[in-house]
Parts: sequence; structure tokens; C-alpha cells
Amino acid sequence: MPALISVTHLTKKFKDLTAVDDLSFTVNEGDIYGFLGQNGAGKSTTIRMLLSLVQPTSGAISIFNKNLFTHRSEVLRQTGAVIEKPDLYKYLSAYQNLYLFAKLSGIKVTRQLIMDQLEMVGLAERATSKVKTFSQGMKQRLGIAVALVHNPALIVLDEPTNGLDPQGIADMRNLILRLSKEMGKTVVVSSHLLSEIEIIANRILIINKGKKVVEGNASELLDPSKTLVKITTTDDAAAIAKLQHSEWNTVINQENGISLMMNRNEIPRLIAGMVAMEIAIVSIVPQHSLENYFLSLTNQTRHVEAFSN
Amino acid sequence: MWKLFQIEVFKIFRKPRTYLAFGIITGFIFLIQLGLVVNGKEFLSFMMGSVNDMMDVDYKSVINGYWVCFAILNLLLIHVPILVALVAGDIVSGEASMGTLRLLAAKPVSRAQIILAKFFATALYVLLLLVWIAFISLFLSLLIFGSDNLMVAKISDLRIIETGDVLWRYFCAFGFAFIAMLVVAALSLLLSTLSENSIGPIVATVGIVILCTLISEMEIPIYQKYIRPYLFTSYMLGWKGFFYINFNEENQTIKGSIENLPAILKSIAALVTYIILFVTASVVIFKRKDILS
Repeated sequence: MPALISVTHLTKKFKDLTAVDDLSFTVNEGDIYGFLGQNGAGKSTTIRMLLSLVQPTSGAISIFNKNLFTHRSEVLRQTGAVIEKPDLYKYLSAYQNLYLFAKLSGIKVTRQLIMDQLEMVGLAERATSKVKTFSQGMKQRLGIAVALVHNPALIVLDEPTNGLDPQGIADMRNLILRLSKEMGKTVVVSSHLLSEIEIIANRILIINKGKKVVEGNASELLDPSKTLVKITTTDDAAAIAKLQHSEWNTVINQENGISLMMNRNEIPRLIAGMVAMEIAIVSIVPQHSLENYFLSLTNQTRHVEAFSN
Repeated sequence: MWKLFQIEVFKIFRKPRTYLAFGIITGFIFLIQLGLVVNGKEFLSFMMGSVNDMMDVDYKSVINGYWVCFAILNLLLIHVPILVALVAGDIVSGEASMGTLRLLAAKPVSRAQIILAKFFATALYVLLLLVWIAFISLFLSLLIFGSDNLMVAKISDLRIIETGDVLWRYFCAFGFAFIAMLVVAALSLLLSTLSENSIGPIVATVGIVILCTLISEMEIPIYQKYIRPYLFTSYMLGWKGFFYINFNEENQTIKGSIENLPAILKSIAALVTYIILFVTASVVIFKRKDILS
């Protein structure tokens, strides 16, 4: 599948705080791309940069093979988004909100189109009700209708299940799967819950403190037989060059040393191979599976929170 | 752009807050008109002070629709900026605090267009507010009090403008007031782009207008020479100039004349410059703004 989003060396600094740090990733057409990280990891800042709401300090974003910042309108015309809470104009009705945002999306708006969208999210009967009378779940559904009304090819959902009840969460999951599988949309969905992402995403990116931790296919990253092996050598650059010309060429992260995703049983053979290639090994650390790794990040934060309380 | 403007107008006139200004204005003008119907003679007598001793004043003739409108504008136009700020100060920051700004800015419209559409929509609100003020303060006053010559007091003299020479002066005065109120709207818009809540820009606009008006009115030479020329409030009361009519050699007023037209034109030029400055700054700031709300 061709790349639909290509992010390279994206960095965002707010004065002394680096919210996103040299982040690179690719989203392919048709992907449900899970964007995972704790609260404050930099997910929302990255998503806001994808929607040109936040200007990057450095780096590049290409969407639909176009530079986002020079072809902003063309890109956004094909993009729909729900960004955190679905905040809409409370003093307007569901119909008026949807009509207004559909107009802004640059499409021909008819009453039928608006009513069809409201029907799709189960709000047709409340079309004339003011949004201030809606529950959180209804607002979220209306937010989805706003994101989809112009039939975009790319849908960006930032924490779409926040504040929803269990039924609402299940409905949201089904909708995302339907958008991808039946309608062929590309969906970028962020969450701080691995359990949410692993059910729907076919590709996953985990970030922590603004940096990429791991990116890959969900089937591989979630496979317990795959182990993330972190290697330190006396000369990492030379070691990477040698490994890339060997059977161990699946280097997935070159930013903080060398990391390989591999079967744990293969580690002795890797060591033998590296010795044969005259790579001076300092350490080889097999890390937890993705799930354990993500939980360890979460626990780390909880410990900090416990101390600060 | 036209579509965006229509949407902004729709949003402004769907907000209950918008009609608050119209309600306040209506109530205020009705109160003045009622007061002048009941105690107009006493009020005018008090205002004229020692002039009563020097000449006989035909109060019934002086208190006519034109004079009442002039009195209302003198009292009211100082306070209209507050009502303008109520809507303009909320126009960007209100969306930021509501969370709709990120939805708006993620749509395929440029940020410059968003700000310009918001400014023009606010301008329409200001225009309608002034048309409403004109309607109830001028036409309703003419209905209640009738029409006659307009007596206008300056510091040193009294000037009488004939009935047939008054109406065009009001049209010009309201046109001038519209430009003056647009400066307030543009300032409010600028402050609104800098804030994430509505109260800050509204209070800041009113505060700036009051402070600048006070400095403009202070008869302190150093302020008058070095600060006053740079304050927009120094030019906002220029509408009165349309009612300062010229005298001929026989000390009679000249129909259709204006005492100091260049001063009025200079005020208009200064106000338009401020509008352009404030709106341009709003566009530049909003284009660079990270929308985090």
C-alpha cells in the first residue's frame, strides 16, 4: 500500500518543553494506524501538527503526497477529524452544526446529505435539538458525523472513546472498523489504552516523552513470541552497517542504539553472528513484549504520580 | 470568503449575547426619552445654567426630536464600545474556550480568511447596532418630540441649525460613529486572538478604551502634545464636528457648512489606519498561533 502520511524528523518545542522529539513514521493507505502513548506523551501535539493546528519547530509532514504546510487546504479537504472532546456550538442544533461544518469543508450541502449523516450516527430524531442538551456520547457521535460529512479519505481521531460508556466505546470501535474495511478509509486513531488500539489497529506506533519507542505491524508487535532486543556496541554506526548486510537486517530503531524485533530463542545465534562480524558487543538486553513494555511505561508514571501525591 | 462570512454572521446572530446589546441600548434610549418627556424643561434649564439669565429660551421648541437624538448620542456613544467588545472580544477567544476553534481551523479555509470573515461579520453587527440606535434615537424621537431647528452648544457659543439642514448631518455622524466603533471591534478582535477565554479580551478592550479616553480628555500639555495624537480615542468623538456649523460675517449660520471639515477627515484617516493595523496584527498573530485549546 502506498504511504498516505509521511512524517519525518518532526519536532515541536514549547519554550523549554520538547513535546515531540524527532518523530518519524509512515501511515499507509487503508491502515488503521494506532497511535499509542501515555497522557502527555505527545500524541495530541502530533495529531494537531497533522491537522496544521500546531506549527512544528522542525521536520516535515507529507499527506496525500503533498507538503501539508504548502498544500494545507487541499490536504484538509480530504481529511476529517475528531480532536479530543467533540466540542461543538452548544447554542446551535445538531443539524445547524453539521450544516455549518459541511459548508466549511467545501462540498455541496443538501438537507438530504445532512439528514443521512445524522441518521448514520443515530441522531436524526434529535436534528433540531440544541447541542447543549446532548449527552457526551451524543456529542461524540455528532463529532464523528462532522468528521465524515465531506466523505474524507483520511480520518484522524484523537482519543475518540474518552468519556464514552462501554456501549459507546464498542460502537466507536465498530464504526472505525467499518470505515476502514467497508469504506476503504485510512484512520489514524490515538489512545492511551493499548487494549483499545490492539483490537482495531493493523499498525501501531508507541511514543513516550515525544519520542518514538516502537513502530510496526500490530500482528508482529503484539506477537508474544517476538522480543525486542536492545544492543549496545562500542561503535553503533559501524555495527548497524554490518547488521544491515546480514540476516539481522530488520533494524527497527536506530535512534537510541540498535533494536531488533526477533524470536527470543534466536539471541544466542545473533551473538555468535555479531562476534563473527567482529562487532564489539557491550550489552544485549532482551526487553519485554510490547504489552509488558507499554505497561511498564504506564506503571512508571503511576509511581511518579504516587510520589507526587 | 463569502461563505465563511455568512457562517460567522449566522453564528453571531444565533448567540443570545448578541441581542443583549440591542436590549440594553433600547432600554437606555427609552429611559432618556421618557425622562425628557416628563422633565425635559428642567433638564435643559439645568444644562444651560447662566444662559437662562441672558436670554429667553423657548424650551418647547428646543426640545425637539433632533435635539433629543443629539443628547442621546452624547450620552450613549461613549458606552457603545462596551457593547461592541461584548461580541467582538468573544469572537475568537469564545471559540477557543468552547473548543470549536480547533474544528474550525482544521477545515480547508485559510486562517487569514477566518479572521477577516470574523471581522467583517462583527462589522455587520456594529452596523446593525448603529442603525438600530439611529432608528430609535432619531426617528422615534422625531415621532415623540417633533422636528424643529437644532440648537448645539459649543464651549464659547450656541449654534442653531435649521430643520432642513440637520438630517444629512446625522447620516454623516452615524457613518463616522460606525468607523469609530470598527476601531473598537478591531482592537477587541486583536485581543481575542491572544486569549483562550472571552472575559479577558472584553475587559481588556473596555479598560483600554477608558484609559485612552481619560488620557485624551486630560488637559495636560505633555499628554496633549506627545500622547494624545497617537491614541485612537482622540479621534472617536469627531462625529460632533458635523454639527459645528459655520457663521457668516453677519454672524448667521451658513446652511450646509461644516466648521472644520479637514479635522473630521483627519480623524477618519486616523481611525481607518488603526482598523488596518489592528486587523493586520490579528491576522499575523492568528496565522502563527498554535491552537492548543
